[in-house]
Amino acid sequence: MTVAPLGPGDAHADPDLEEIEIDVLLEAVYRRYGFDFRNYARASLRRRLSRRRDLEGIATMSGLIERLLHDPDCMERLLLDLSINVTAMFRDPDFYRALRRTVVPVLRTYPFLRIWNAGCSTGEETYSLAIMLAEEGLLERTRIYATDINRSVLARARDGVFPLEKMREYTENYQAGGGTRAFSEYYVAAYDGVRFDPALAANVVFAQHNLVADRSFNEFHMLVCRNVLIYFDKTLQDRVHDLFYDSLARFGILALGQKESVVFTPHEHDYQSLDEPQRIYRKAGSAPSRRRR
Amino acid sequence: MACGIVVVGSSWGGVTALGRLLKGLPVDLAAPVVVVQHRRDAPSVLARLLEQQTGWRVCDAADKDALVAGTVYLAPAGYHLLIERPGHLSLSTEGPVRFARPSIDVLFESAAAAYRRGVIGVVLTGTNDDGAAGLAAVVARGGRAVVEDPASAERPAMPLAALATGIAATVLPLDDIGAHIGTLCGPAAIPA
Repeated sequence: MTVAPLGPGDAHADPDLEEIEIDVLLEAVYRRYGFDFRNYARASLRRRLSRRRDLEGIATMSGLIERLLHDPDCMERLLLDLSINVTAMFRDPDFYRALRRTVVPVLRTYPFLRIWNAGCSTGEETYSLAIMLAEEGLLERTRIYATDINRSVLARARDGVFPLEKMREYTENYQAGGGTRAFSEYYVAAYDGVRFDPALAANVVFAQHNLVADRSFNEFHMLVCRNVLIYFDKTLQDRVHDLFYDSLARFGILALGQKESVVFTPHEHDYQSLDEPQRIYRKAGSAPSRRRR
Repeated sequence: MACGIVVVGSSWGGVTALGRLLKGLPVDLAAPVVVVQHRRDAPSVLARLLEQQTGWRVCDAADKDALVAGTVYLAPAGYHLLIERPGHLSLSTEGPVRFARPSIDVLFESAAAAYRRGVIGVVLTGTNDDGAAGLAAVVARGGRAVVEDPASAERPAMPLAALATGIAATVLPLDDIGAHIGTLCGPAAIPA
């Protein structure tokens, strides 16, 4: 049997070859740096890897593997590509309305509140939650644990600085989400954008946590993780749902993104729905329906 | 030729155009239909509207939905819709691509990577050039391109941009596209 040799441009066009390259790349990144993206949703991963490959001026994924293995700075750049999830303050205003209406009355019954904002990225959601809790008179008794896999996005979240040009959109979202004050009371102009009131973050702990590899680190009354699990495949989603279940107190609240659900996860029957369209669930008081795998 | 998936992109004038396209599709189409219609971040009534108009099962896609032949999946407002692997989709909140989220290019490129020559890509009316790069990716992997005739499209810019890439595409008036897709899929179609 003769095998036709591939020309230099052909590797790029052959999808099977690229699939192999991506598998090898993910394995290489895991073994070299310990970051495990092997169970990330493949289509989005492929887009981000392709973008990084192009930005590095490299022709093939194989070339990108070589650079990643030998150049930790390249890995840092890729880590940013893979972990920044674009979000907005008060994204889905109806969600925040539902929180105020349905969840806040539950939270009021606790003398002290622990909230986990998992996959907080650059902090838009964390500050939105803090503002809502402040207006409901709950922020002082709350500790928010805002975690992300990526240290540099956490540093940005800690700064609480957001782009000025976003403020019109965020103000509209805030008002639509049931905000009770003038949104501009929460921030001041800074040279690099607008800086949110540091008092909002006084009870926020920003910390590195990897949903793929790390364990639960506390027991929470509410867990907010929106539009993070969509980047994982089903296998990894199920594992993270185990982690979430174990991290929630009895009757704890789980809030997911609008297109995410506990349905079809191993814990489907361990939650009751508080607001189905907004994907707000409450952990049932009984024993889990299925043991941990 | 067998097809695994039909992907459709539409923008300005797309709601009406989608209704007419779906009405023209054979009811026993052996492939799922996945649609990006550019729209604003608002609760969607589009799925219900199209369902009532056309009799097709139309739903807003949820993350990791399995793709079933004979069902129409709409990209939800504010999310990209990607084809994860044959028979499965995923959603993403990555930033807008050329101002669009959902983006037609993102859907088409991911479909091309997952289904390769089993893709029929359709670009309909619109005022921008989303879908042009995506349709070229579909053709580059051996899939088929169908473009609404710019002469009769409500807004010709998007079909024209798709054709300007120089790809081999079948250009048809809107009401003929459904039947053409049926022919391309044929009786020997492989269900997704």
